[in-house]
Amino acid sequence: MSINVTLIIQMLVFFAVIWFTMKYIWPQILGAMEEREKKIADGLAAGDRAEKELNQAKAKVDTLIVEAKEQASHIKDQATQMATKIKDQAKADALAEKERQMNAAKAEIEQEANRAKEALRQQVSALAIAGTEKLISKEVDAGKHADLLDDLIKEI
Amino acid sequence: MASGEGGAGGYIEHHLVNHTTELVENSSFWTINTDSVFYTLLLAVLYIWFFRRVAKKASSGVPSKTQNLLEMVIGFIDAQVKDIFHGNSKIVAPLALSIFIWVFMMNFMDLIPVDLLPWLGTLVGIEYMRVVPSTDLNITFGLSFGVMLLVFYYSFTVKKPFALGYFKEFATHPFESPNLLVQTILAVPNIFLNIVETVAKPVSLGLRLFGNMYAGELIFILIAVLTLNYGMADAFSVGGGVMSIAQFLLALVWALFHILIITLQAYIFMMLSVVYLNMAHEQHDSH
Repeated sequence: MSINVTLIIQMLVFFAVIWFTMKYIWPQILGAMEEREKKIADGLAAGDRAEKELNQAKAKVDTLIVEAKEQASHIKDQATQMATKIKDQAKADALAEKERQMNAAKAEIEQEANRAKEALRQQVSALAIAGTEKLISKEVDAGKHADLLDDLIKEI
Repeated sequence: MASGEGGAGGYIEHHLVNHTTELVENSSFWTINTDSVFYTLLLAVLYIWFFRRVAKKASSGVPSKTQNLLEMVIGFIDAQVKDIFHGNSKIVAPLALSIFIWVFMMNFMDLIPVDLLPWLGTLVGIEYMRVVPSTDLNITFGLSFGVMLLVFYYSFTVKKPFALGYFKEFATHPFESPNLLVQTILAVPNIFLNIVETVAKPVSLGLRLFGNMYAGELIFILIAVLTLNYGMADAFSVGGGVMSIAQFLLALVWALFHILIITLQAYIFMMLSVVYLNMAHEQHDSH
């Protein structure tokens, strides 16, 4: 139980242990801890940022949806309007066509009727001539009595 | 238990003698306490091996269980040091870690049954040894003087101008006066007090650890003495049985209590070292 050279040896070992700890143990482990701390902080910050971005995106999507809805209803209105317009136009066209065709038909019918009338008149006049010929049993010179005949035809 | 030659007194004495090697014949100073040196070195190597193994593959990702444990210790010590130590030194925190773990391990040797390692020693021809390095004054003073050397080093280099700043503080604190004459007179008690303080620091640091561990070791030895006079054959006799149970219970209670003491003493040694180093780093403003 006396102080001896053991003390000096212990002191030297002590310094060696401190030196080794300072050089090869402390910085490595504490460095790893600090790096992890930083990683966790970064991760949390990234999480916050992502959440914020998500919220922003959500808001953007909402406005986009509203806009799209507006646009869609606008397009729908336009389409309805156009459809009405096209329908009306078609209706008008059809009516005009109908009118036109009807007029054409009427004119044709009239023409046809006039032609038939004419033919009938000529036939009647021929008949009348023939009848007259038969009645007077005498040849009537068609050329001579053309005026007379024409008057007759007109009367008929 | 060990043989009872010389009775209880002999047994106790037997346990408190260092195994020594004399470097110079009949010189009490040039003697090495072989057992203390062996065990401190063994523990230092153990400490360095264990911590270095983890430090080498320390990852900032998911830590292994061992790394987690060491990070707990290192984080705790780092927080304590940052709390107390306000200087800027790379050495203080690793020093605190070394002291805490190493002193804790030295103290922990106290919890190993008092006769186990000496008995193993007798098997290889070593007749006696002390297994708790911190019950050796040389070891505790070795540590505290080591700390004091660092304190002096930093006192000299941090307090400007080199060394003079320290000596100036030596003469002008704790008593100070704006009057130059009074200040000069006050230098006498100042120097006296500072000398006492400077001596008391390492001595109290080393003696505190030594005293606690020595007392604890002694109580373990005393508890072990209970069954000293009984052999294995007496284990089932009334006396032997009662003594065995008594020894077991006492040793258990003391060991449980001692777990607290060894940790506390390691912690105190570490904290005081950091406090002293912090004082060495503090530059008192000149008044």
